[in-house]
Amino acid sequence: MALLEVTDLKTYFRTDDGVVRAVDGVSFSVDKGQTLGIVGESGSGKSVTCLTIMGLNPKRTAMSSGTAMWKGEDLLTATPKRLREIRGSEIAMIFQDPMTSLNPVHKIGAQLAEAMRLHEDVSKKTARARALELLKAVGIPRAERRLDDYPHQFSGGMRQRVMIAMSLINNPDLLIADEPTTALDVTTQAQILTLIEKLQEEFGSAVIMITHDLGVVAEIADDVVVMYAAEVAEKGGVEQIFKKPHHPYTWGLMGSLPRLDADVERLVQIQGQPPSMLRPPTGCRFHPRCPYVMPICKEVDPALAPVSDDPGHLQSCHLDEETKNREAAKLLAGMMAEAS
Amino acid sequence: MAAPEKEMLRQTQLELKGDELLVVEDLQKYFPVTRGIIFQKEVASVKAVDGVSFAVREGETLGVVGESGCGKSTMARCIMKLLEPTAGSIKFRGQDITKLSRAEMRPFRREMMMIFQDPYASLNPRKRVGFIVAEALQVHKLGTEAEIKRRVQELLEVVGLNPEHYNRFPHEFSGGQRQRIGVARALAVNPKLIVCDEPVSALDVSVQAQILNLLKDLQRDFGLTYIFIAHDLNVVRHISDRVMVMYLGQVSETADRNDLYKEPKHPYTGALLSAVPVPDPTVGRHRKRIVLEGDVPSPINPPSGCRFHPRCPRFVEGHCDVEEPALIHRGGAVGHTAKCHYPLERWPMTEEEMARPGVASTAAETA
Repeated sequence: MALLEVTDLKTYFRTDDGVVRAVDGVSFSVDKGQTLGIVGESGSGKSVTCLTIMGLNPKRTAMSSGTAMWKGEDLLTATPKRLREIRGSEIAMIFQDPMTSLNPVHKIGAQLAEAMRLHEDVSKKTARARALELLKAVGIPRAERRLDDYPHQFSGGMRQRVMIAMSLINNPDLLIADEPTTALDVTTQAQILTLIEKLQEEFGSAVIMITHDLGVVAEIADDVVVMYAAEVAEKGGVEQIFKKPHHPYTWGLMGSLPRLDADVERLVQIQGQPPSMLRPPTGCRFHPRCPYVMPICKEVDPALAPVSDDPGHLQSCHLDEETKNREAAKLLAGMMAEAS
Repeated sequence: MAAPEKEMLRQTQLELKGDELLVVEDLQKYFPVTRGIIFQKEVASVKAVDGVSFAVREGETLGVVGESGCGKSTMARCIMKLLEPTAGSIKFRGQDITKLSRAEMRPFRREMMMIFQDPYASLNPRKRVGFIVAEALQVHKLGTEAEIKRRVQELLEVVGLNPEHYNRFPHEFSGGQRQRIGVARALAVNPKLIVCDEPVSALDVSVQAQILNLLKDLQRDFGLTYIFIAHDLNVVRHISDRVMVMYLGQVSETADRNDLYKEPKHPYTGALLSAVPVPDPTVGRHRKRIVLEGDVPSPINPPSGCRFHPRCPRFVEGHCDVEEPALIHRGGAVGHTAKCHYPLERWPMTEEEMARPGVASTAAETA
């Protein structure tokens, strides 16, 4: 049984302008020790998906349906008390912005110890020792002294490490990382990714990595979910998605990446802007921006269907498989040709 | 270092050909760190830019990369004269603009424009798009009201916006569209040079591709010269002809784009390149990242000798931390300079090879 099994998750927000469909029928599962990458543009619903699982949406405006089975227990119907027990101990989350997710008026050591003492009945001393151990594990130099520093005394990369240390303090079974490296430099990003990989090996935790960087996904994910306009456009193993992409949106994402290993005169661009989720387009939500649009795309929303001869690879597009195989091969061949 | 020596260095660095649009020599910008409330005493200075020299030829794109805090934005602001440089000279079309007053600067402001990083903060939320784009035209009194309006609508069309959006406010646009407004504003007075300070960092990849394509098209159509600042090496590679790598207020390497990416000479450039994630699972997973330890040191008190030495995988004690390397010609290609005592012999390199300067080359020779 999967560690986390999300089925047909929907989250709608009531706003003054109407109902925003932030997540609209998303399903995926994560196993122990596995890394799932969720990719998509801003506003595609990837963060809201995880906030819904964690029960962190504002109660007054958010409406959720579907199930998120965590070790056989539905997180969406769990009591707030039970969720508090799970959050931070069994499931931990790293937020995107390390500048705003630490409390500026408390010392790092106290914040780390609090995260532990909330969930376990340990003395302040033990908690502090554990905090120190983790700061060392995430590679903060002179950790003993830095326990008594305030967040503003740390650089961005260091703060993100503190966040990672905090999320790992109770040895979570699942770590949700919401764009953990977006605000960081490449060198720091490399440090953080190496760190997450190492910690995952050590503790055997599962990781959900939310990002818009396909490079990051290619490097650390085992499975990939590509989200577009609150829905899953494509999902599968990392090799399947990168070697045999089957959705025009995935092609667009891959083509729009400037790469270190290829010369391209013009990037393939996806025309237009992501749609407003107040009034999502009819039929396939990608059709207004899709270069392969057919009449059926405007009418019928394609279901997430398996790709034949490729078990575990799902996609939602009306194009026939022959065209898709041809276009995917063309895209990859183009990249190969440019690389050589 | 003695003054005449430094003078010599500077001259060997810049080989001018005469067709340079912008020549920056030994640019410095120090910000004072003061103590005291009434009597402010200068106790130290942040050496944000510390001796940067380079030239940009007409029609080319110079990419500038480096981690946050390396001084690339401060440098851009100095070039635009938005900040007063502490020392050094900036020559635009052969004329020294370093010491010009605001009024004397005005004709030059038409020639050089800037595109800013954050399309949310760089557009006045209370002004209509038409006004924002037209402002520079009005300041420079380029045309009558009707002519300006026509020009603005034309510009909006050039950058791929609907000319009918003339009367809208910035909040009615998405991030990518706002950046297009920023581009239109920069283009309004027909500048020669556009300094782009991280113009695509705040955008999604698909929108980023749109803006990069737009910038390339505009360069082709209007013969623009860009200084393109970014921390994303993929983006810089895509758009630049030449690339300059900065570290802690100084230039660590400059080269033509292909030379820099195929044969980096400075260990810092090597580390940056190896840190970039590759969107290909088969390549990306089996490659060893060269992970730099620690953070960029403080520019108030930069490390002795080579500024990169505390983080450098090929640090040689007694040399790198004592003697500051000069930015001199390295490698085979013309115009490839690096500021390192022990430049990389080849690329790619593993971390172990990198840690032993000299070994890789002898191994290669014997093989």
